[in-house]
Amino acid sequence: MSRIFTLLVLAFFLSVPLWLTDQYYLHTLVVCGIFMLAAMSLNLLLGYTGQLSLGHVAFFGIGAYVSALTSLGFSVSIFAYQITHEPWPPVIGVVLGGAVAGLCGYLIGKLAFRVRGAYFVIVTVSFAEVIRLIALNWIELTNGPLALPGIPPLTLGFEPIGYATLWSKGANYYVVLTFIVITYIIIKRLIDSPYGRAMIALRENEILATSVGISVTRYLVLAAVFAGTIAGVSGTLYAHYIQIIDPMIFMFLNTVTMVIMVITGGKGTLAGPVVGGLIFGIAPVILRNYVGPEVQWILYGALMILIVFVLPEGIVPAIERWFSRATAKSAELAMEPGKGARS
Amino acid sequence: MDQFLQHLANALIMGGTYALLGIGLTLIFGIMRIVNFTHGELYAFGAYMMYFFAVVLGLNFYMAIAFAICAGMVLGAAIEYLLLRSKRGADIDTTMLIMIGAWIVLQNTEILIWGSVAKSINSPFPIEPLTLGPVSLSSVRVFVLFVALALIAATYVLINRTKLGKAMRATFQDSSTAALMGINTSAIYTITFGLGSALAAAAGALLGPVFVVAPAMGDLASLKAFAIVILGGLGNITGAAFGGFILAFAEEMGASYISSGYRDAMGFLIIIIVLLFRPTGLFARSERVG
Repeated sequence: MSRIFTLLVLAFFLSVPLWLTDQYYLHTLVVCGIFMLAAMSLNLLLGYTGQLSLGHVAFFGIGAYVSALTSLGFSVSIFAYQITHEPWPPVIGVVLGGAVAGLCGYLIGKLAFRVRGAYFVIVTVSFAEVIRLIALNWIELTNGPLALPGIPPLTLGFEPIGYATLWSKGANYYVVLTFIVITYIIIKRLIDSPYGRAMIALRENEILATSVGISVTRYLVLAAVFAGTIAGVSGTLYAHYIQIIDPMIFMFLNTVTMVIMVITGGKGTLAGPVVGGLIFGIAPVILRNYVGPEVQWILYGALMILIVFVLPEGIVPAIERWFSRATAKSAELAMEPGKGARS
Repeated sequence: MDQFLQHLANALIMGGTYALLGIGLTLIFGIMRIVNFTHGELYAFGAYMMYFFAVVLGLNFYMAIAFAICAGMVLGAAIEYLLLRSKRGADIDTTMLIMIGAWIVLQNTEILIWGSVAKSINSPFPIEPLTLGPVSLSSVRVFVLFVALALIAATYVLINRTKLGKAMRATFQDSSTAALMGINTSAIYTITFGLGSALAAAAGALLGPVFVVAPAMGDLASLKAFAIVILGGLGNITGAAFGGFILAFAEEMGASYISSGYRDAMGFLIIIIVLLFRPTGLFARSERVG
């Protein structure tokens, strides 16, 4: 049943570029998908390990900058050594961007998971701000506020077949969709594995989990590495799709967008960030016809407060509960004639 | 050396307002255990109210400061009453998400009402700087320092010498026992949040005439206030006061001797270093108030 549903949803999203001819809507969906990917990785930390990381945009931005610089090339001098890098193909940038962001996830995880709760949040926010200030001030490398323009789009292909450069929005749509499906499967496999169960155990009761021999730091850092890598890859996709990045990518509001996607959809559920991502990816398109950006943000903020008050678990768990209650009721009705079957 | 003295004087003046911000947040964050992302927005709100009273309504400069502080207190108390009262005892992530939502609403309402162009407020002080040996300071900044110090002293007296302060300290140590002793703890939380917000608004109202008033001014203020609170230790008012001056000093030195672009990075580096090596803050005896 649920497998058929999943396949139907997938088939629907596969068909989108075939009938959606409006380039603006397609563009919105691509950007929405990229942020959805980042939100899925944030969900790993926020939903499954229960650690509210508010520096997630740092991984996203690091991925974007690493990939952009890999494919554009750069020349910097560090302590009188001149380091020059010739441009490499964008695909290598995607791999490197994910790897560097994952490494940052390891380092910041080692550091930040020494503290919990409010302190953890503040360390993660500080980390993102420090990275933003570096991107803003290390002008030799990042071009600072002047941005890095002209990032080449992704090129796919192998030697015998030939190459295709992804200029069109439809092609980028399929790339992002592929990454979302792969990420969804990876996260599902991770959560169903002993590693995932250890992470959930830590979320539920850290002291109890430790007492049965789960190494806290090890699993939390593992989650941070996964989350960092996926967010980094989504950043690389963003850089090659938008083709220009500047330090504004590290805005705290981008983290807030990801957090809103996760908590609206339902943290700690696989489908949560996807549903939340779709809502907040498409909402601006509808809202912009009626109100300005400030009012949009006011509505987002108000919605965030409302969700915490009304649907603290998010939309997906609420629907699941409603659905299981409905099926339970219909099952009960089906059972009704043969009363003996119910005991 | 002369230059160093000048930097020291600048740091002292910024430190006064940082200390106000930090004390306001240490009351809320350290004591109520709420990661208050609206703190910087209250700071911006204070500055905007200052602009509203002094420029739009054309009130007296000193009266405008007093009104702006009162407005901050009312807004803070309203936030606590509307958003946090029913979530008392909820885990820290829940209240934090509410505060992030409130922060976004406040900031964008500011942009909606005042526009994103920076506003300036004229002060009644002479433009010629006061010169003291090698150090020269504008008189409005000296005024800011003195008002900040007076407010810090007043807060200290309020917490440590009055009956209300005693009730606050009792609530923070053990709210259920305090309630059993007949203290209205709900009211105490609202008052505390109002007081903390008033101090943030005061910092904004004082710095509004020194710099310019812009909607984004609150973003960094929140994070700097967190740095100050962590530096001083949660709930430690004296620690927050010193933390404010230390952060201002670190920023001034970082900006003048390393690179001006990294001025704002100092606070974050302080947070990371302090939490790694001395997570209870530099001034911790134990976690207590006063």
